Amino acid sequence: MTRRVAVTGVGVVAPGGTSRKEFWDLLTEGRTATRAITLFDAAGFRSRIAAECDFDPIAAGLSDEQARTLDRAAQFALVAAREAVGDAGGLGFAAPERLGVSLGSAVGCTMGLEQNYVAVSGRGRHWLVDADAAVPELYHHLVPSSMAAEVAWEVGAEGPVKLVSTGCTSGLDAVGHGARLIADGQADVVLAGATDAPISPISVACFDAIRATSPSNDDPEHASRPFDRRRNGFVLGEGSAVLVLEDAATARARGAHVYCEVAGFAHRGNAYHMTGLRPDGAEMAEAIRVALAEARIDPSAVDYVNAHGSGTKQNDRHETAAVKTSLGPRAYEIPMSSIKSMIGHSLGAIGAIEVVACALSMEHGVVPPTANLHEPDPDCDLDYVPLHAREQRSDVVLSVGSGFGGFQTAMVLAAPGRAG
Amino acid sequence: MPEFTVGTLTRIMRECVRDAEVDLSADRIDTSFEELGYDSLAVLEIVARINQELGARLPDEAIETTSTPRQALAVVNDALAERI
Amino acid sequence: MSAVVTGIGVVAPNGIGHEAYWSATLAGVSGVGPIERFDASGYRCCLGGEVDDAAIAGVPGRLAAQTDRWTQLGLAGTELALADAGLDPSTVDDYRLAVITASSSGGNEFGQREIERLWAHSPEHVSAYQSIAWFYAATTGQVAIRHGMRGPCGVVVAEQAGGLEALSDARRALDSGAVAVVTGGTEAPLSPYALVCQATSGRLTDAADPADAYRPFAADANGHVPGEGGAMLIVEQAGRAAAPYGTIRGYANTFDPRPGSGRPPSLVRAIRLALQAAHVTSEEIDVVFADAAGVPELDRIESDALRAVFGPHGVPVTAPKTMTGRLYAGGASLDVATALLSLRHQIIPPTIGPAPDPRYELDLVLREPRPATLRNALVLARGYGGFNSAMVLGAAPGNTDGAARSDGPHRTDD
Repeated sequence: MTRRVAVTGVGVVAPGGTSRKEFWDLLTEGRTATRAITLFDAAGFRSRIAAECDFDPIAAGLSDEQARTLDRAAQFALVAAREAVGDAGGLGFAAPERLGVSLGSAVGCTMGLEQNYVAVSGRGRHWLVDADAAVPELYHHLVPSSMAAEVAWEVGAEGPVKLVSTGCTSGLDAVGHGARLIADGQADVVLAGATDAPISPISVACFDAIRATSPSNDDPEHASRPFDRRRNGFVLGEGSAVLVLEDAATARARGAHVYCEVAGFAHRGNAYHMTGLRPDGAEMAEAIRVALAEARIDPSAVDYVNAHGSGTKQNDRHETAAVKTSLGPRAYEIPMSSIKSMIGHSLGAIGAIEVVACALSMEHGVVPPTANLHEPDPDCDLDYVPLHAREQRSDVVLSVGSGFGGFQTAMVLAAPGRAG
Repeated sequence: MPEFTVGTLTRIMRECVRDAEVDLSADRIDTSFEELGYDSLAVLEIVARINQELGARLPDEAIETTSTPRQALAVVNDALAERI
Repeated sequence: MSAVVTGIGVVAPNGIGHEAYWSATLAGVSGVGPIERFDASGYRCCLGGEVDDAAIAGVPGRLAAQTDRWTQLGLAGTELALADAGLDPSTVDDYRLAVITASSSGGNEFGQREIERLWAHSPEHVSAYQSIAWFYAATTGQVAIRHGMRGPCGVVVAEQAGGLEALSDARRALDSGAVAVVTGGTEAPLSPYALVCQATSGRLTDAADPADAYRPFAADANGHVPGEGGAMLIVEQAGRAAAPYGTIRGYANTFDPRPGSGRPPSLVRAIRLALQAAHVTSEEIDVVFADAAGVPELDRIESDALRAVFGPHGVPVTAPKTMTGRLYAGGASLDVATALLSLRHQIIPPTIGPAPDPRYELDLVLREPRPATLRNALVLARGYGGFNSAMVLGAAPGNTDGAARSDGPHRTDD
């Protein structure tokens, strides 16, 4: 069976906007949330910039115990899930056995693991770490499926629950797999999304080592510059987004508000290199082609492309080539923007955050801009919606993602009833 | 700190790919890292280990011009010379 | 479209390669002992199922430098599985080949080494390979690159249940046009920080002697032994391979209600849904490979579920994982491999350890293997936190004629 999948609620915890409304305001106003790192003392690191969430777990509604024991990424996911459920009007209509969760995360409970590592190892002095200094919830930090469990407990899900961890495409992949659970008939409602909170010394250091992040420490607000000639790496971010996905027929029957439908989802791997990308973007183009074919929508009908646009030299060229290949000459007429220019790259979370941005874009008839784009790279010559948001009604939106390990993902969102 | 020698670089290059057979005989020292079998990540690992030996980061601009072992040695020894 | 398993690559504490593993398993030979990779004598759990380093000796140095032991085990298992399947990836359109693995704790030892270098020294001491070695997607990425597989690759995490989830996703990829999928998983949880993390689950044994440790369904069950390794499997559409091991007939996964809700655990529902999906009745299941948590409360829930579906002593149950330990991301795949070997050879491998508590009313196959007519096997896997997965595997046609047969990977007399 293949049922249609509707998005009926969205929730976001993002840099510059720890709620759906604040997030959308930031995007439409073209403001950036990238700044000098405050979450730890980053002196001594090559890149000292991040897009951080101004997040207080208690103010966000979590309990003292949750604030104390849950990893930051898990906290983000719970808050985003709650907002999404509220937005969908509650889940009282859903039978627990038919309610599922599909959560993505690239680096799991990195902060919880690192902070506890420091404690049990005596700041790296002991290889044989001290078991007595371990907090009781440490196993939850080791295995990231604990975060999917937290969301499942939050909403009372007893259907299929999964944690997807495909690096930087985890967010898109988790939403895609969540949609498939409904399309295939294994669940009727799925909380689908992703979370990551990697702004921690080990993550910053590992990206420093491969020079993937921007070292523009003297100008953090403008450091994330996708498609710009002077771009010099991505800005590490954090956050979470969760969507309520429902069988479209049920959503219609209960009079739910529908943002859009998940009409197509496809993913491929480049089988080339763990971090490197070939300039032709062939596998991303293939994922786009297959996603559009699944949606039964012609490439010429795409109204907006939400780019991966991480701001590395290689990505932005790779992606531009992929979009040109898959969408043909009309690619030059289709606006394509990267919100990483404003909220950084939150690794596994960003794909889900971008899907929410697409849903809001379709809802409000506005396409978010690419901030900091003053001098386009001559090899990046598409319409990246520089600096200012643009009013445009979009019935078909394409969201793409790319990540370490060679993962390439494409998702097609369509206005209700638009998909073929 | 003593001069950064071919021996040091050889040791680093061996560790980066776990190959005890790596050697930097005369013809290899001017061969590109790529041709010697080091992809972009392995070269970054060589640089990371050099940084560890130096106790400091080689400047970005210097790394961009390092495509052979001889160039790497020159860059490192320039950086060391600037400390004196 | 029927999804069949055509190749098995085992890297287990009691055997490398499925022939060695199967012989050891039938003979009740355990790979569990005191952890030797590091001095674990100061930890409450000092036992583990360790894989001989010979398993990864064939991983090229260039790859070994940039991967954790967990991924190296996965690479080694994949080589074994592809050879076993007689599948040369270069002969297949690479968009039709995919890799879908289960992960659980990722690159533990590599990660601990790098984070130690960061904190003991400085950020410059972190390897360029840390960005690709520790994260949960590393094995899928490296396997896909090594074998040129550009299809729909994936990574799922559900602790011990992940391997069944990955296999189900692999079957779905075949439904969507993939020709072959490398699936399964491995784990390498035996490094100090990872062990200390596991200890906080409250589920690790503190027995010092392997003979006393990990006793699922025993009255004095005292937790499990952690193990490393797992199994990689090649899954294809039926038709290419002359002698597949068996068919994936049905799968289901459910999640337990939140603690304190008063609602019942959902393992029994996962079992019933899997049977339904497989179009089989409980009478057609001839053996159950149990999750076998080895923790009394969890053993009770599992035996209750088995009793509810099959009746008291209603089906032979076994847990060969008593000879390897629980392998987390590698565990369920190794159980599937073992179940398939069972179906091929028409013999149930034993569980080692003491007899089960009689109140569980289990027919546990103990110490000696049991020849039997095996049409279908049910594999159960539960992941920490409430993940319940159940999969029905069907014997390949012709396998069930007569008694147990001798070993041999490519029989053509069916």
